Amino acid sequence: MTRARRLRLRVFRVIVLVLGGAFFLIPIGAMFEFSTRGNHVGAPRTLDAWTTIVTYPDLLGAIRDSLGLAAITSVAMVVLLLPTMIWVRLRLPRLKRTIEFLCLLPLTIPAIVLVVGLSPVYRWMAINLVDTIFLLSFAYVILVLPFAYRALDAGLSAIDVKTLSEAARSLGAGWGTVMFRVIAPNMSGALLNACLLSVALVLGEFTFANLLSYLNLQVEIFQLGLANAGTSIAVSVASLMFAFILLVILSFFGRARARVAPERAGLPFPGAAGGGLR
Amino acid sequence: MIAAGNPDVKTARRPQEGGRRFPLHWIGALPFLVYVGLFLLLPTVIVVVGAFAGKDGPTLSNITDLNQGFVVNAFVSSLLISTASAVVGAVAGALLAYAVATGNPRGVLRRVVSSACGVLAQFGGVTLAFAFIATIGSVGFIRLWLQDRGLDIFANGVWLTELPGLVLVYTYFQIPLMVLVFLPALDGIRPQWREATESLGGGTWHYWRYVAGPLLAPAFLGATLLLFANAFSAYATAAALISQGNPIVPIAISNFLTSETGRSNPGLAQALALGMVVIVAIVMTLYALLQRRTSRWLR
Repeated sequence: MTRARRLRLRVFRVIVLVLGGAFFLIPIGAMFEFSTRGNHVGAPRTLDAWTTIVTYPDLLGAIRDSLGLAAITSVAMVVLLLPTMIWVRLRLPRLKRTIEFLCLLPLTIPAIVLVVGLSPVYRWMAINLVDTIFLLSFAYVILVLPFAYRALDAGLSAIDVKTLSEAARSLGAGWGTVMFRVIAPNMSGALLNACLLSVALVLGEFTFANLLSYLNLQVEIFQLGLANAGTSIAVSVASLMFAFILLVILSFFGRARARVAPERAGLPFPGAAGGGLR
Repeated sequence: MIAAGNPDVKTARRPQEGGRRFPLHWIGALPFLVYVGLFLLLPTVIVVVGAFAGKDGPTLSNITDLNQGFVVNAFVSSLLISTASAVVGAVAGALLAYAVATGNPRGVLRRVVSSACGVLAQFGGVTLAFAFIATIGSVGFIRLWLQDRGLDIFANGVWLTELPGLVLVYTYFQIPLMVLVFLPALDGIRPQWREATESLGGGTWHYWRYVAGPLLAPAFLGATLLLFANAFSAYATAAALISQGNPIVPIAISNFLTSETGRSNPGLAQALALGMVVIVAIVMTLYALLQRRTSRWLR
């Protein structure tokens, strides 16, 4: 490489990285700035917007509901997906392609289309079963399926599922024991990945809740934004930080545990066309 | 994965010799299949069937209703926004990816950028809309700062809540997605190719025009299509940002879905949703074809 070209490349890289960094950091910084701004320009910094969070009972309720949804969705996802994936690996390898296809399908179907199709289903459930916000978990499991599948698949590929299960079976273990006491503990990193991703997705979800008329965290933030922009932005910053922390923990686990490259291990994989967050 | 699949096939077949155990295998996958059937396939079927269903039997009226001015406008707006944000995102993302790819492959910069992109590519919805409102909204930080210096970015109206604003906001998740998708393609480029070009007397222009350009073109186009589908399906960000008028397709769907506006029309919502599915399906098929072409040399 000639010296002139190396210099040109270096200048190009610095410019692009600085511009990129500015583009991505300024809006997040602006949210912090906005949430600590006084009522008029030039007013001293204040934490009013943050302290008034606790004075909105609806908001606190929505936070509680969203955390509940995140917990239910994660548990339901693991209970539904993990045994199926293990079972398919051991007994039904012919079905592996189908399962993978079904799990990745939500990436390509726009969330809004799923909502259109799900709204009669939800109307039926609300009338005939019970009308509670936690019904949203049914849809959220579908939403997190692609991300959870990739995380769990990476975990399962890293261990020898067949030997582990045969060893356990030959010692008299039932299938439940094999799955939840033998295989699951051996892939705790992947399970954690899948759960953290599910939590992050559920906490950021807006489309389903808004259109099926349930008040989850994001819908509440949105509605609060019409009345008190400062507080609603403070809550968004808080929820964003929470999601970032989850994803940072996740990226460390992804790196420590899996032998796959970090961008493929657990982090949302490219192809997030229908990602419910947007 | 294929290699590991073979021994599994044998274990899976062994119990068949017992004859009656075969159906039991399928029971293991049944809960998952039933669940996916109910909450993923059934909604899709409802959309497709609903688009062709009227009060009394099958009808094409929902589909023909798509041929109304505002529906066509919604599709045009959606296509415009998706194309613009995909092209801007693809170009900017490719530049960023190149800046990263030319650095140390195991360096801190690369790790930070790819982790950050993994997070930012998922960023969206209300929070993203608020972030931009806090930045260049009418009382946003950058807007006020520029205003103090005599520069009014909203001299011709507040475009942030209009279509151009949407394009800008969408690039915030499009660029990171592009970096994630395009980085592996750039990694596939070997320095030897550049050396070979130079040894044949070619310069930088020749290298990009005849070697790297044509090799990267399918990957770039494929990634752009993916970005297009990504923007086309987005709803939450637009819902939180756009006030009224000029709706894009997802917003039009939500207007027909919720009865609050008094114009509830589930049949038309389903027809619009079907239109979205068709467009996304076409784009994703093209993407898959280009992806196959890329993987031929990308190892």
